[in-house]
Amino acid sequence: MPAIAETRDAVESLGQSTYKWGFETEIEMDMAPKGLTEDTIRLISHRKQEPEWLLEWRLKAFQAWQAMTEPTWAKVSHPPIDFQDAHYYAAPKKKPGPKSLEEVDPELLRTYEKLGIPLHEQALLAGVELPEGETARPPVAVDAVFDSVSVVTTFRETLAKAGVIFCPISEAVREHPELVRRYLGSVVPVADNFYAALNSAVFTDGSFVYVPKGVRCPMELSTYFRINARNTGQFERTLIVVEDGASVSYLEGCTAPMRDENQLHAAVVELVAMEDSSIKYSTVQNWYPGDEQGRGGIYNFVTKRGACRGDRSKISWTQVETGSAITWKYPSCILQGDGAVGEFYSVAVTNNHQQADTGTKMIHLGRNTRSTIIAKTISAGHSDSTYRGLVRMMPKAAGARNFTQCDSLLIGDQCGAHTVPYIESRNLSAKIEHEATTSKISEDQLFYCRQRGLSEEDAVGLIVNGFCKDVLKELPMEFAVEAQKLLQISLEGSVG
Amino acid sequence: MNAISPAGVSAAAFLNRYTEEGNAVRAQAADLLRKAGLPRTGVEAWKYTSLRTLADVPFADAPAQPDGAAVEALLAEAVRAYALEEGLARAVMVNGRFVPALSRLPDGVSVARFAAGADLVPHDDVASALNALLAEDGLTLTVAPGVDAGRMALLSVVVAPDGVALSVHPRHRIVLGAGARLSVLDLSVGHGDYLNNPVLDVGVAEGGHLIHAKLQTEDPAARHLAVVHAEVGADASYDSFTLTLGAALARHEVHARLNAEGGIVHVNGAQLLDGRQVADLTSVITHAAPSCNSRQTVKNVLAGHARGVFQGKILVERVAQKTDGYQMNQALLLSDSAEIDAKPELEIYADDVRCSHGATVGALDADQLFYLRSRGVAGEEARAILVKAFLHDAVELMGDEALRAVLDRAVETWWNRKDA
Repeated sequence: MPAIAETRDAVESLGQSTYKWGFETEIEMDMAPKGLTEDTIRLISHRKQEPEWLLEWRLKAFQAWQAMTEPTWAKVSHPPIDFQDAHYYAAPKKKPGPKSLEEVDPELLRTYEKLGIPLHEQALLAGVELPEGETARPPVAVDAVFDSVSVVTTFRETLAKAGVIFCPISEAVREHPELVRRYLGSVVPVADNFYAALNSAVFTDGSFVYVPKGVRCPMELSTYFRINARNTGQFERTLIVVEDGASVSYLEGCTAPMRDENQLHAAVVELVAMEDSSIKYSTVQNWYPGDEQGRGGIYNFVTKRGACRGDRSKISWTQVETGSAITWKYPSCILQGDGAVGEFYSVAVTNNHQQADTGTKMIHLGRNTRSTIIAKTISAGHSDSTYRGLVRMMPKAAGARNFTQCDSLLIGDQCGAHTVPYIESRNLSAKIEHEATTSKISEDQLFYCRQRGLSEEDAVGLIVNGFCKDVLKELPMEFAVEAQKLLQISLEGSVG
Repeated sequence: MNAISPAGVSAAAFLNRYTEEGNAVRAQAADLLRKAGLPRTGVEAWKYTSLRTLADVPFADAPAQPDGAAVEALLAEAVRAYALEEGLARAVMVNGRFVPALSRLPDGVSVARFAAGADLVPHDDVASALNALLAEDGLTLTVAPGVDAGRMALLSVVVAPDGVALSVHPRHRIVLGAGARLSVLDLSVGHGDYLNNPVLDVGVAEGGHLIHAKLQTEDPAARHLAVVHAEVGADASYDSFTLTLGAALARHEVHARLNAEGGIVHVNGAQLLDGRQVADLTSVITHAAPSCNSRQTVKNVLAGHARGVFQGKILVERVAQKTDGYQMNQALLLSDSAEIDAKPELEIYADDVRCSHGATVGALDADQLFYLRSRGVAGEEARAILVKAFLHDAVELMGDEALRAVLDRAVETWWNRKDA
């Protein structure tokens, strides 16, 4: 079985270190002073040469944020966060316009190398133009976000030919203000929740995607996020708009260096899908989870929401969550158009002292809207993992359907797995089905694998991968392989 | 002095009502209410049910001597409608006070009147705190070890004079010794505008077996805010079914705790609602010992503009290995304006457990209706058959046959009245 060999190799290749992305890149940074005031926001806005309307929008969010309190309903616990004790802007000092690999900051290049991005693509990542006639492989366009700013976006030419806009959101604000102004905050309003308001006030960069009418995006789009600087928070903002009949598949990956203190990551992702369009949004979240004693790690407090505005539009979220000390994340779909489809496939793995409270919201507004939720939760070590999901059928959602399945797997007797679904229906003809189970890895399955010569760790890996298969098969190919390895690595040391 | 003044629960007079008694539980309850106030939907445990409206009702103390004829009539009607057995032992509470003259106490059960010092057990939920603050009467029913005390009814009648809103806060306890058995029909009826806020503490010792069939048929204008706290010992069981038919606003809250190996808890129920009724069944089943078993099947049938709420939590503590927990909650919407809000929750800290829950929401199945109609069963009758079949799954779980028959008749009565 190649899958087993692969996972075994992945673990062996790791040696002793369990988090291989834990290095730090020493690059000269341009940072805002610590603290958060209106002046910080003005500074961010000024650095990014933003128009007046965006500054006002940010200030409005900041005012709302000041009046809000942190949400406490999630099953996570952490010491209070001092929002004044962080830098809200950090950017690598960049020499303008590198033309060849030699001109790019070598530290930045080494970072990509360590992250396992092939050299050829590295050249692209660093913004070096390709010789004529040479096509890059694989055909994935990447937007790399380093701390607060987007460092580079690849394949823009190819995309532009198809009419697709894929660029840092800060650039989109300048180049396509009418689009950004129209859609920014239209799915997640500035005062939506505490962390979304904070993000709206201080967001620094992120990706912007616009796929015009009838265009099938010619390649997968991908954003790579990395928190690098110390004492910074990362607040990126992603906006994806897909017009009638268009479609796009978008991948998101993230890592951060190992540190003793906690760092905040509060992102907002907004998706807008028009008539007959589809958006597939895949995430492999691998922020630094903290060490075995639970020191350090990223607080991942993220608001992700998609609006299926048009009839028969479709939004599909797939996430593999293995990182972060604390995850607080509920990718949602608002199914407005008749016949709109929302999907949520999730694997959340927690080990050591990680805490995850994650799930989804499916709000059915239109007729014959459909949603599917498949959530797999795996807890090991001293961790706690919660699935929290809402399914709401509004009065006009005639004929709407939902199916939800949540399965939890406990590995060890010091962890917790929790399921908290909210089911609300106000329509007679809407149908909701929900089922959830909690169990441990069965002795029989383990015995069967061991009997055939697998080590206990490999056997667990195999069983866990099988447990998550329904979700992993939804991931694009490159991600599926990475995700399988990640699962194995995340659970290392949890058995035996 | 009003129980809940228009100024809300913060009114000093209300909170200090019994301070001179120096009872620690009352003081603690006052503290809790002072801090939390009446819950609104921002509080997670009250996400779907707000008690804020109670603060605007000028509740008066219940008169000790209500209209005797009205009480007799309500009792007679209940006996007739649910065909209660002739000679069934009963303890009758009228406007929150025990009335020996109307009661027939059973053999094998020792009955004691409420005493704040002995019978107030501290709890940390709001409805229990409200009761702890204002409880004046109630009964402690004790069954000695090894005694099978048979069946009895605990009847609550509240009659509010026209134009006056009453509040009553009875506090009961049921204590079963080792190996003791008892079946209780807990029936509440009433007339007028009132708040009934009964709290029941249940203790079942090793090998004991308590069946608790609750039938709530309060006046459509009334509010019902009940809490049961059950502590279940080794190989003991608390087998409950709650059928909610009455009250404008109702909440039945169960906190059951399995304290020793081999315990069994059943928290089943059904809510049949119409008009603008709101009813909430909330339960927390805590597995605090290994090898216990909990079962829960809850059904909602919602007509008119009714709103049904179900919140069920199974909490499995770290020590509770080999837990077997099952929870099923289903809702049937009979009208386009009805609403169901459900939150079935698993919180699990032990790994060697088998826990599952399921939930479904929908309308009557068109195929099933068609099947019946194609066999000559008229539309309305076909609907009745399907609704009763839907409820049957839950009602048949009631372990006491005679009490199951009472519940069946109550379902029948509700369905017929709904049609009328």
